[in-house]
Amino acid sequence: MNAISKRLVLILGLAVSVGVPGFAQQAHVGNLTGHAANGKKLYRRYCVGCHGPLGDGNGENAQWIDPKPRDFTAATFKCRSTPTGTLPTDQDLFDSVGRGFTNSNMPHWDALTDRNRIDLVAFIKSFSPRWTTEKPGDPIAIPPEPAITMQSITHGAELFQKMECWKCHGQQGRGDGPSASTLTDSKDNPIRPYNFAAGGDDSRFKCGVTNQDVYKIFITGLDGTPMPSFADVIQPNDAWDLVHFLRTLQTNRHSKENDVLKAAGGKIPTKAPDAPANPENKGSGGGN
Amino acid sequence: MRTKQLFLVALAIMVSPALLLAAGTVSGKVTYTGTPAKQKPIDMSKEPSCAKQHATPITTETVVTGANNALENVVVYISAGGPDELNAPAQAVTFTQKGCQYIPHVLAMHTGQELKVVNDDQTSHNIHPLAKINREWNKSQPPGTPPLSEKFDKEEFVPVKCNVHPWMHGYFAVLKTSHYAISGDNGGFTLPNLPPGKYTITAWQEGYGTQTQDVTISGNETKTVDFTFKAKPY
Repeated sequence: MNAISKRLVLILGLAVSVGVPGFAQQAHVGNLTGHAANGKKLYRRYCVGCHGPLGDGNGENAQWIDPKPRDFTAATFKCRSTPTGTLPTDQDLFDSVGRGFTNSNMPHWDALTDRNRIDLVAFIKSFSPRWTTEKPGDPIAIPPEPAITMQSITHGAELFQKMECWKCHGQQGRGDGPSASTLTDSKDNPIRPYNFAAGGDDSRFKCGVTNQDVYKIFITGLDGTPMPSFADVIQPNDAWDLVHFLRTLQTNRHSKENDVLKAAGGKIPTKAPDAPANPENKGSGGGN
Repeated sequence: MRTKQLFLVALAIMVSPALLLAAGTVSGKVTYTGTPAKQKPIDMSKEPSCAKQHATPITTETVVTGANNALENVVVYISAGGPDELNAPAQAVTFTQKGCQYIPHVLAMHTGQELKVVNDDQTSHNIHPLAKINREWNKSQPPGTPPLSEKFDKEEFVPVKCNVHPWMHGYFAVLKTSHYAISGDNGGFTLPNLPPGKYTITAWQEGYGTQTQDVTISGNETKTVDFTFKAKPY
């Protein structure tokens, strides 16, 4: 290789790395490093049909899909371990690709290797300049889960009233609260609140199946949807009580929470979830 | 010695207002032509604690007008040529949720300025600024919880909504200047304390978009700049 062609290679290399900054994008999970250039090929094969060549969620299948495919150019993601308004971690995106999204057309891509998935995450991050100007948020702290008791479930039921979760999710968590029919996502597409009662043992939340995942959902909020963050308004132990109560709304799913409730007679004392709500009394009680 | 000090203090007191007066002012009126969309009454029956706060139902606020074709809630601001204002004012601006309504409907603030969001209602609200340039976030605020504190870093007109009460709509006008005003019920606005210079004045209305005009301030004077928006009947 003579001097001129060496220089050409150098210039070309610079042009690629400077002119297409997205391609320098990487993603890290454990000791795996994903590269956008590798992810691009996989994206063209597996993702482009829905998410589109520009990553804006306008692939050719998008018109038939509800909820709509994610728009990666907005860099707003539902399932995060990070506070509302911040970018998710690479691990969050990696998990989302592997898990898929229940009640949507996004399948779980666990058939792809970890390497493929981390390459895809790196490529997804090339669609928004936010990934070069902002850092992911700091993952929220999740304290150890306390014991599942009737006391915890009962307190959770009170919080379900006080935080007015039922306004959207309904008193039985069936996704039929008074505001449910009016909800739209941030792109003005209609969106349904989660129906806790639907599904059996295989029922999943959008962002995972464990109690920790449920905890994360209402502390971080699901950005881009009506589901807000409760991080500033709920204490960690209260949040765990709410998790335990929410599990009892999954009436057809076997869980420790449902066992505890059943052993106690199947009824939540005084503040049953289907008791008529009186948010005003709750509100004045909590006023300070 | 003491007399001299007193004299200096007295001089300073006399001079400082004079220095302030050396700045110019832009004032004017925002009006519309044509027929603005009729505002619809809001049905709050799903939220009785809010409904009972309004003797007559309030209406939507996408276009708010006053007598003589006055146009309210228009953000008028210095969009170019303004004094360099990298620093946000220290005091916070406040956005209040009361009677399931945003007060004010349009809230202007400087980039980086503290925004306080207050819930005066006996119901939970979620504050959901649908930002595109800034970061979109969404926070729940149950009754009796302390004010939220937030800020926006980039210039943007951010629509704000409450998903629980879908009739609640408002705007955050995030500006790179503190020389702004929101037109009042007579359409009037005033931008004081402008040092001599050439300025671009922009007026923004949520449904009608923006208009700009250039103005030169050469000293202690008040220039009149009026804006007229063409109303859309839908």
